[in-house]
Amino acid sequence: MNKVSVIIKREYVTRVRKKSFIIMTLLAPVFMASMVVLPTLLMLNKDKQFKKIAVVGDGAVVFKNAITNTKDAEYVYLDNVDMNDLKKNFQQAGYYGILYISPEVSTTPNAIQLFSKNQPPIDLLEHIESSLEKEIERQKLLGYNIKDLDDILKSIRTKVSVQTIKIDDSGKATETSTGIAMAVAYIGGFLMYMLVFMFGAQVMRGVIEEKTSRVVEVIVSSVKPVQLMMGKILGIALVGLTQFLIWIFLTAAIVGVVKTTVLKKSSVGVVTQMIPQSVMADNQLQQTTGTTSANKPAEVNPQLAEVSKMFDNAMNQDWLLIITSFIFYFITGYLLYASIFAAIGSAVDNETETQQFMLPVTIPIILGLFVAMGTMQNPESSISFWFSMIPLTSPIVMMARIPFGVPYWQIAVSMVIMIITFLAFVWMAAKVYRTGILMYGKKSSWKEIWKWLRYSG
Amino acid sequence: MSLFEARNVSKQFGSFKALDNVSISVPEQCIYGLLGPNGAGKTTLIRIINQITGPDTGELFLNGKKLMPEDVLSIGYLPEERGLYRKMKVGEQALYFAQLKGLSKAEAMRRLKYWFKKLDIVDWWGKKVEELSKGMQQKVQFIITILHEPRLIIFDEPFTGFDPLNANTIKNEILFLRERGATIIFSTHNMASVEELCDNITLINKAQTILEGSVDEIRRNWAANEYDLVFNGDVKIEENGQYQILKQESDNGISTIRLKTTVTIGTNEILNNLMKSGTIVSFNPALPSMNEIFIRVVESKN
Repeated sequence: MNKVSVIIKREYVTRVRKKSFIIMTLLAPVFMASMVVLPTLLMLNKDKQFKKIAVVGDGAVVFKNAITNTKDAEYVYLDNVDMNDLKKNFQQAGYYGILYISPEVSTTPNAIQLFSKNQPPIDLLEHIESSLEKEIERQKLLGYNIKDLDDILKSIRTKVSVQTIKIDDSGKATETSTGIAMAVAYIGGFLMYMLVFMFGAQVMRGVIEEKTSRVVEVIVSSVKPVQLMMGKILGIALVGLTQFLIWIFLTAAIVGVVKTTVLKKSSVGVVTQMIPQSVMADNQLQQTTGTTSANKPAEVNPQLAEVSKMFDNAMNQDWLLIITSFIFYFITGYLLYASIFAAIGSAVDNETETQQFMLPVTIPIILGLFVAMGTMQNPESSISFWFSMIPLTSPIVMMARIPFGVPYWQIAVSMVIMIITFLAFVWMAAKVYRTGILMYGKKSSWKEIWKWLRYSG
Repeated sequence: MSLFEARNVSKQFGSFKALDNVSISVPEQCIYGLLGPNGAGKTTLIRIINQITGPDTGELFLNGKKLMPEDVLSIGYLPEERGLYRKMKVGEQALYFAQLKGLSKAEAMRRLKYWFKKLDIVDWWGKKVEELSKGMQQKVQFIITILHEPRLIIFDEPFTGFDPLNANTIKNEILFLRERGATIIFSTHNMASVEELCDNITLINKAQTILEGSVDEIRRNWAANEYDLVFNGDVKIEENGQYQILKQESDNGISTIRLKTTVTIGTNEILNNLMKSGTIVSFNPALPSMNEIFIRVVESKN
């Protein structure tokens, strides 16, 4: 056992010290965190250019001042202008675009057109649409001669957003988000695929290196081939775990820093608008205390609020289960594939020869990845279930299922199958490896490997 | 008493017979030559001694006791195909292999310092192996092989890649190791070094032992009744009832003749006769080179 630890140490230290490892370890979290943070920053950092928009058309009169000016855009109502003239000259006149409202606006939805040189941002359109919709609504309501209409409208205004809440068997409820579950499933499945493949291939390359440089002959005169193989596999596993844990830690740190700085700074009062009940309460409060705080929630960027909510929901995922099962499936899945890769490495004389063996090994991994992607659409399907039981695909598929909630018995069965299979594969790989590493110049084939499997010591 | 013994060892790979009932017995503090043409089964036998592979049948003994897995710690092996991690630093690498042979890090460090100094490669400690010349790598590998002070050392072609100077250094180290009590199995195709170093040999051909014994005895027995004779000047002699001429050549005023006595008479009588033909410079019992013996034995078996 002592010798194995010497081997593990060498495999670990030589890899962890490599520049490529250090760079990968530090850059990947930046990349992963930026996938989370970047959309937020983009939202905060969107097109800030001030836009002046000319509102024209016979229908425009009715909507005078219906579209409120925002801090990004000003709406200027122009009477009696020639549409064709304006279309030619609006840019020289300092307008970003022309909003044309025809008189039939309240009956025909397509009666409104926005002319501009560039594609207008979605916010601008949303603002125009919702303002006009509201104004039309108000005017129609006015037609019914309701007393105190404005006050009534104010008090009935309610914002709705559907909250998804998972209830476990004990009745404990946690707020969740399908989007977050999908993201976690995607990242979990893909990361598993990447790590197993990457580090499995490293084992293979290590074995080939030892074989072609003939180091192996010196080593196996000191230790048993199985010890060398296990030492290498475990050493590289530790490299993988080190990298994974640093990734988790750094990603969490980066996301955490961004959440506390950028988001907190620019979104005061997000929480009050977040939960519908509190908005209601707020409104009641506004009614009694007057309008001092009336426009406060409106100031808050609703998209930012969503991002913030996303973060909160992300925290409600069962991270303990996700990370522990990730580590379990990484270790067992890696051991399974690494032993296959080690056997392949031992059977060939150089890396180009590995191709004929790689294909059958790659297929289940890729298949697992495909099923994992499908799992996100339909986590309860029987295909997802079976592929999360089959040991060659279960690490990837199960990681994609867990964020959506998987019964514990299924996880347990899948893990037991996984353990049994990886033990069997390690055992078989060791037999092939033992013979393979000392065979040179022999064209290896599946038939040959099958023969090695049955050789005795 | 023999330090190492292999009894009736056989090994088969599929339908290919690599060793067929081979036995060797290596006396303590002996340099034992393991000879044979390529593919004869030497490497398989060496691997079996190192317990890299197991024999199908047959028994192995170290120091009179059955060879056990932990005995790898008392065996040192320098394979023919040298192997070092190319990207790893020399010192770290040597430490690694020493630890695999059961040395503590501190002890390995102490011994490595001694040997690096002795073989004059101290400056290479922090270099990567790929930066070293072949001879340098050989020295490193040599140190790795003997660092754990094994009782039995197996050298497979230890001199290839060395210049004559370094080859001599290594030869002296091998003799020094023997003096200090090590027993050495020496596999090579270089017959001159067999004559120079080996006490005993075994010649394996096509998985079987075809010749074994002490080098001196083999050479003497192989050429019983043969003599080498050197004359001053251009001398030609005729065969007669007493001897046959095996070889006769003249060059630069010196004539070399090999003859074989056919009757059992004293060498003095023959000399008396020969002295009449010219001035004899030397007269020696013929000792065929191991090279000659190797070629003739293997060819006669094929």
